[in-house]
Formats: sequence, structure tokens, C-alpha cells
Amino acid sequence: MGEVKKETKKYTVEVKQQWCKSCGICYALCPKGVLIKDQLGKAVVKDPALCIGCRICEEHCPDYCIKIGGEEK
Amino acid sequence: MLIDVENLMRSHRLPHIWCPGCGNGIIMKAILEGIRESNLDLDKTVIVSGIGCSSRATGYLNFDTIHTTHGRAIAFATGVKLAKPELNVFVITGDGDGAAIGGNHLIHAARRNIDLNVILFNNNIYGMTGGQYSPLTPHGKFATTSPYGNMERSFDICNLVQAAGATYVARGTAFHTKMLIDLIKNAISNKGFSFVEAVTMCPISYGRRNKMGNAPDMLKWQRDNAVNVKAAQKMEPEKLAGKIIIGELHRETAPEYTELYEQLIARVRKGAEGDGQ
Amino acid sequence: MRKAQLLQGNQACAMAAIDAGVRFYAGYPITPSTEIAEFMAENLPKVGGKFIQMEDEIAGMAAILGAALTGVKAITATSGPGFSLKQENIGFAAMAEIPCVIVNVQRLGPSTGGPTAPAQGDVMQARWGTHGDHPVIALSPASVLESYDITVQAINFSEKFRVPVIILLDEVIGHMREKVILPSPEELTLVERKRTNLPPAEYKPYEADSTRIPAIADFGTGYRWHVTGLFHDENGNPSGKADTIHKQGIRLLTKLDPYLEEITLYKSYCTEDAEYLLISFGCTARSAAEAVDMARSKGYKVGLLQLQTIWPFPEQLVKEFCTGKKAVIVPELNAGQLRGEVQKVITNQTLSGVNKINGDLITPEEIVMKIKEVAGQC
Repeated sequence: MGEVKKETKKYTVEVKQQWCKSCGICYALCPKGVLIKDQLGKAVVKDPALCIGCRICEEHCPDYCIKIGGEEK
Repeated sequence: MLIDVENLMRSHRLPHIWCPGCGNGIIMKAILEGIRESNLDLDKTVIVSGIGCSSRATGYLNFDTIHTTHGRAIAFATGVKLAKPELNVFVITGDGDGAAIGGNHLIHAARRNIDLNVILFNNNIYGMTGGQYSPLTPHGKFATTSPYGNMERSFDICNLVQAAGATYVARGTAFHTKMLIDLIKNAISNKGFSFVEAVTMCPISYGRRNKMGNAPDMLKWQRDNAVNVKAAQKMEPEKLAGKIIIGELHRETAPEYTELYEQLIARVRKGAEGDGQ
Repeated sequence: MRKAQLLQGNQACAMAAIDAGVRFYAGYPITPSTEIAEFMAENLPKVGGKFIQMEDEIAGMAAILGAALTGVKAITATSGPGFSLKQENIGFAAMAEIPCVIVNVQRLGPSTGGPTAPAQGDVMQARWGTHGDHPVIALSPASVLESYDITVQAINFSEKFRVPVIILLDEVIGHMREKVILPSPEELTLVERKRTNLPPAEYKPYEADSTRIPAIADFGTGYRWHVTGLFHDENGNPSGKADTIHKQGIRLLTKLDPYLEEITLYKSYCTEDAEYLLISFGCTARSAAEAVDMARSKGYKVGLLQLQTIWPFPEQLVKEFCTGKKAVIVPELNAGQLRGEVQKVITNQTLSGVNKINGDLITPEEIVMKIKEVAGQC
């Protein structure tokens, strides 16, 4: 059986820096290392291509800073 | 982000007051998702809160809201619901506000089975006043007023509310947001007293004093220590020690208070016409 | 007018509330007020109203505030111990400007005191029972008919000024029965709270025009506004800014100032040529009126000023009535709470009291004795 070519979905990852309180939840929970912290501990998008659209970050950000765009998971 | 719940929030009031890593923001959003997915009439939805960290939520929620006095949200909400039963009435309370000073109102509203959706944010601590233990702080845990470890036993607040007569009781956590939203939707659809304990975290006071790491660690603790009620039924009690049982814990049907009162009015008024009172 | 009836003070108060449009009662049983709750439990359903017996007086006060915010007129009744428990939520009503009426059928205090004994010892508590500077109105009837009229006034005042209004009944007025001819409900002039006519987007819940009284919006009508016990700005949002707090605080505190005359209810008896003035209220005013007649028959020119409005204390009125009098005497069933307020207002008259705190009533004879004693010194 040939490898079915997995069609990779594209997601956009947006972080509203002014509301981020550097709590670290998003980059601790992200399963794909899409988000990392800057020198202030605030969330920064390392590489949106890694995002699989699971929305764990969006659902667990207590300050509503993260928006995942792209197809509905 | 807020895309779908933006209009349910007074977003011009954000960012909110809660500390970095506090789980209350997660719980508040789950409530809004629950309301949105239940397609309630937003103009006919009232949210009542008491005093404490959890209860600052009403300031951010774009509904008719009341930020009442400490422990009394459920009593205020009883007045709202009985006076105008067509309103959907929610109560947001904390482990201190709801289980300590508000305990008397909690058990009586449950006994009456009045149709209120009560969400108790349980972060095991009085956060707003700087970290004192509450009736839901586990035995042995540290707080500013239990510097030698909490010598008291804590409530199982879900059992207590169920015993008092609540017809829907559930427990969820800030980590299991999807489940929490479903539990809140079930609470909304239950015609009677619905109670959801939302386990959340206070990294600043409770987490720090009890060496639970930072906010993400506390969320992971929830992930690793929560056991679904269905699984728990098949597990040995010792295995469940220290775990938190999540999911729908109790559901029954019983007459709802405001409906009973409407029937009483109809009976009295018909009686009055009958004998020309 | 209704036919003549023999009616109890507590019942007249409850009837008046329903006649004045009250459709919600939440309370807790406590002697000597319970007849009010019993009347409401039986009669509110007949007019589509709601009655609920809550788990304590705190809950009773909270429930009527929740109900009031949905647009309904709401009332609760209690006595001393329950009145003490309600104080925090009365303060909330003052801060959030929620119309509500609290009937306090006073009994002998402090503490459990004398549950079935009359007293008037909650005068200062009615003013300062809840913490912080806040506006409040307190009225006190001295007969079953006044119990009816004052209750209608109290509900109208709470609707008009969006303040908690306290009715200071006492065990005597509450429990006595008198023949009364009451107006029929249609004859009453009733006040409804001022509701906003702005669309929700333009509505500011705590923005007040020159009347100092903001327009309210009933819950469930799409205004989605925030009610809080925290100091708040005109939009109802909590605020810690000193100037916002000052503006809001001053408006709250001075809210009733332009209306003092309208709020001040009183009766006077034989005061035109009086040399000595009795100032009294509630059940004691009845003994005082009798004392006026008895003293006059003995040649003492005595008059009575019966205050129906206790708070805001009618300073102007008391000053006027005291001017030119040789002496002022304040009979009251406490240790001198109202006399303290009179003291602040009058300067050159001698002031004394007739006081009793043992659960008995003050008799006309005791007042006449005081008049003779004071007259002898003048």
C-alpha cells in the first residue's frame, strides 16, 4: 500500500502580545513547539507551519491572547 | 481568542484582573462557550457573582450582571429567578464565597431545586485576600492561615450539593475545557438546580505555597490527577486517593421551584374565582 | 374608600404594600413582624405576586434586591436581630441604588432582648446600621392607619429616589388592632421608578441628570448593565479612581437633599400657642398626644410634633417648631437616640427626654410629670 500523501493543513497562529501575562501555559502545552517564550516570557510564534490546529493553546490561554486561523479542526 | 465569544464579553474591560496563570479566565470562557452553544437569549440571561477572585467575572460579561456581597450571590439570584422565571440565571462563585460564607444559601437553593446554573471556581484558596485556606483546601495543604498545614478536613462540595437536593451535579477542570463546556451545557439544559465545580488553579498563592510549580504545571497536575467518573467506578478506592473525579456526577428530575410557584398562583387564583373570594 | 375594618398594624402594612404595587416578598420569620410574612404568603399569589421564605434574613434582603432589579416592587419585613443581619445588603442597595423597602417592627433590644416587648431602640441603626456614608430614608407610623399610609409613602419614595426605605414600626403599632377606613387601591397615587428611554447602546446606568436620580433599566430587557457594590463610574464599571469615587459618592450622599421637604412627613398637635414642645414618634407619640391634653387641662401650654420621617432627620422642621419654646421634651422608648439629633439642632431651649428601656410603654402621666418638672425649672 503506497503511503497516502497526507495533505498538510495550513493554520495561522496569532498572539495578542499586549494581553499576554507570560504565564507560560501555551508554550508548555503546545504539542508541536509552535509557540515559544521571548525574553519577557511572553508567547511568540516560532513556526506556524508546525501547528496542527488542536487549539489547546487557544482554549487554555487565560487571557484570550491566541487566535488559531485556518480550517475548523 | 475571543472570536466567537467576543460579543458575550465586555472586551473593552480586558485584560482582566486575574493574575498571570490563574485559571479563572479559562473557566469564564468555558461558561461563555456553554452559553453560546446553548443559544440562549442573551438579553434574557443574568449572571450573578459574589465576592472574591472568581466573582470579578461578572464585570467582564456582557449580560445583565450583579456583583453582589460575599456569599450572597445565590440568594440574589433566587430573587431574580423567582421574580422573572423566563430569565436564564447563572451564578459564579468561588470555594470561599460559595462553600464558606455562602454555604447556607447554596444548600437551600439546592434543596428548593430552583433553576439556577451555579459554577463554583474551585482554586482551593481565598485568592483575593492573599491566600487563606478555604473549606475546599485539602487537609495538610499550606496557606497564610494554615502555616503549619491545613488541619481541617474539606468538603466534597459536589456530594454536599447533591445531598442538599441539586438535580444536576458535575465537576470539570480548567485543563479539560471541552468537557467543562459540555458539563455547563448540560447544566443549562437541566430544569432545576445545576451545580458545576470547576477545578481551577491559583499559582500565586496556592500553587506557590504548596510547591505545585507554575501555572502550566498545575494544569498538567489536573490532567494527570483527574479521573473520569465512568472510569473511577471501576477503580479500587485506594487508586482514587488524591484524585479528582470529573464528569457528570449526578442527574435526576424533580419539580422546579419557580414552576411550582406558577402552579400555586394558578391554583390560588382559580380557587379565588371558584368561591368568589 | 373601603368599608371600615378592624385591622392589625402589621396587616395594614402588608395590605398597603400590595395596594402600592409590591409583587415580591422575601423574608424570614421573626417576632413581632411575622404577620406581615403570613399576610404576604396568603395574598401575593392572589395578585400574581411571589412570596418566598428564605433561609435567613440576609438571604431575604438579597432576594428582594435580585427581584427589584427585574423591575418588580419588592419588600421585606423583620425585627431587630434580623435588621442587624440585613445591614450589609441594605448598604448594597444604597450603593447600587436599588429600590427596596425594609419593615423593621422594632422590639426590645439589644440582642434577643424582649421579643414581644415594644421598643424604639433601632433609630440609629436605621441610619448608620450599614457601614460607610450612604443615603437612607426611615419613616415611622403611630397608628394602624398611618401604618398603611406610611407604607405606601415608603414604596413611592424608594421607587422615586432609588434608595432603601426603612419603616420603623414597633411591636405596639404592629400588633394593635384599630378600626380603619382605608382608601381603595385605585385612589392611591403611586410612583413607578424612572426607566430609561435611551437605546441600550447609549444607556449609562449611573449617569444622573439634575434630578440626581439615574434612570433604571429592568433586567431582561436588553440593556445588559452591571450592578456592583464596588464604587463605579457612570457606566457601572468598577472604578478605583479617586475623582470617580468622589463624584459617585457625593451624588449618593446628597441625592435626597433637593427633596427633603417632600420626604419630611410629620403631624403637629396644639403647637400654635405651645410654650413647651414634645417631639415623639411611633407608639410613644400616642402617649404624648394624650399628655398634651392632660397637661393643658392643668394649665400647661404643651404641643406635640410627631415625626413620621426620622431619616433624613428633619432639621429645618425641628428648628422651626422649637423656636420660641421654653423647653423641648423627647419621649421615646430608648435611651435618647432621637433626642441626640434634636440636641444638634436646637441651641437655647432646655432639652430633656422621657426614656424607658424595660419593655413597658411610656404613659401619658409619666410625660405630664416631666412637663411639670421642666416647667418648674423654667
